[in-house]
Amino acid sequence: MDEIVRGLVRAVNLICTADPAVLEIVWLSLFVSGLALAISTVIGVPAGAALGLWSRIRVRGLITVLLYTGMGLPPVVVGLAVYLLLSRSGPLGFLGWLFTPSAMVFAQIVIALPVVAGLTMIAVQSVEPGVRLQVRALGATRWQELVAVLREARVGVMAAVVAAFGSIISEVGAVMLVGGNIEGRTRVLTTAIVLDTRMGEFDLALALGIILLLLAFLANAVLFWLQQRAEG
Amino acid sequence: MDAPLYLLDGLRKSYDGPAVLDLEHLEVQAGEVLALVGPSGAGKSTLLRLLNFLEPPTAGSIVYHGRTFRDHRVPIAVRREITTVFQRPALLRGSVRRNVAYGLRLRGQRDDRRVEQMLAQVGLGDRAKAHAQRLSGGEMQRVALARALVVEPTVLLLDEPTANLDPYNVVLIEDIVRRQNREQGTTVVLVTHNVFQARRLATRVGLMLSGRLIEVGPAPQFFESPSDPRTAAFVRGEMVY
Repeated sequence: MDEIVRGLVRAVNLICTADPAVLEIVWLSLFVSGLALAISTVIGVPAGAALGLWSRIRVRGLITVLLYTGMGLPPVVVGLAVYLLLSRSGPLGFLGWLFTPSAMVFAQIVIALPVVAGLTMIAVQSVEPGVRLQVRALGATRWQELVAVLREARVGVMAAVVAAFGSIISEVGAVMLVGGNIEGRTRVLTTAIVLDTRMGEFDLALALGIILLLLAFLANAVLFWLQQRAEG
Repeated sequence: MDAPLYLLDGLRKSYDGPAVLDLEHLEVQAGEVLALVGPSGAGKSTLLRLLNFLEPPTAGSIVYHGRTFRDHRVPIAVRREITTVFQRPALLRGSVRRNVAYGLRLRGQRDDRRVEQMLAQVGLGDRAKAHAQRLSGGEMQRVALARALVVEPTVLLLDEPTANLDPYNVVLIEDIVRRQNREQGTTVVLVTHNVFQARRLATRVGLMLSGRLIEVGPAPQFFESPSDPRTAAFVRGEMVY
């Protein structure tokens, strides 16, 4: 109980004093997860919408099963796969990304992309089929039809983005493996918490945990607010 | 006589099975109100989807304004001359005004005055800001009709537009359709189960059964002296399949 209280006090202290080391970790956490989420959204939303809309896409069933599997990928397995890909002898070793934030973004995209695409596909499929037909009957082009359906499914699409953000901001296995938890370079909140716990710095680990929770809460509050506006 | 607006020949539609529509020949004249009556599953709604070029025919051709179409390659400008109001209004999220303006937006146009006029015409002038999904069934259908008419279509296709509506809304919607046809010269193809509605609105009426057109003719002749016994039975209100 004492550790929890000390952790809370230290968290408040770290936030109030704007500790540079903590700020750097927080900034890197937000940068890595934010960039991974943005890229996953840009690719995943149209891909999920296309899968949900056009039943004529061949091997759609196989892609759907792969997406569902991807949604449950253990981050540590993703980390291992990305590590092997980016290691010097791996097929993408020439990029020189291993133990850099780029590798962490790459790994988090692998985690977030199936979540965004899969949940977007489900959201689009749940839009009343009559809406699509009606929009086309009013003279929509294919592109306008896609935009209209996405607009109708926007609450579900936002939920997809929220879920993906939750899955990457809190994961530790992948970023630990491909980032290496290097101080000042690749240390993020989750890997810092692991390290501090191992070193017995429970109050600092707890403080960072509280900051992580706060960040997740804030990000989700913003997305929730946007979702509410969309439901209007 | 002028060339027909639509000329359908050997039109067939099937979905991985027997044909749901098998039409030897049908013409639709510009400016007329053609009602297609028949029981459920007769192929009436399928025909409307083909007339709106929402689906390509399996076989046969649709000549529209003298241009022949056999597949899904229909220019967007042609598709935008035609619009459909379905039985379920399928309104979009957002306000009544947004719904009515939607067709204009698709065409890159904005005309708030026309939207307001159309809303007033369907008796919803004071509901422009209301959430479309929170309207009554009759109001929703009037929004759908306003949304279709605001783009000033050449052809208005109506798929059971007043099914399940109260008499007040039925009268309102029929009046709007009648006025649109008379004042704007809009060609109307109406699909309905309701022979009384066909009688009130149509200049010509056709009976469809099992995907085929049994008989089509001027409304008085169709109702008073039909040539096919199945038409006579349907008009009398007997069960015909």
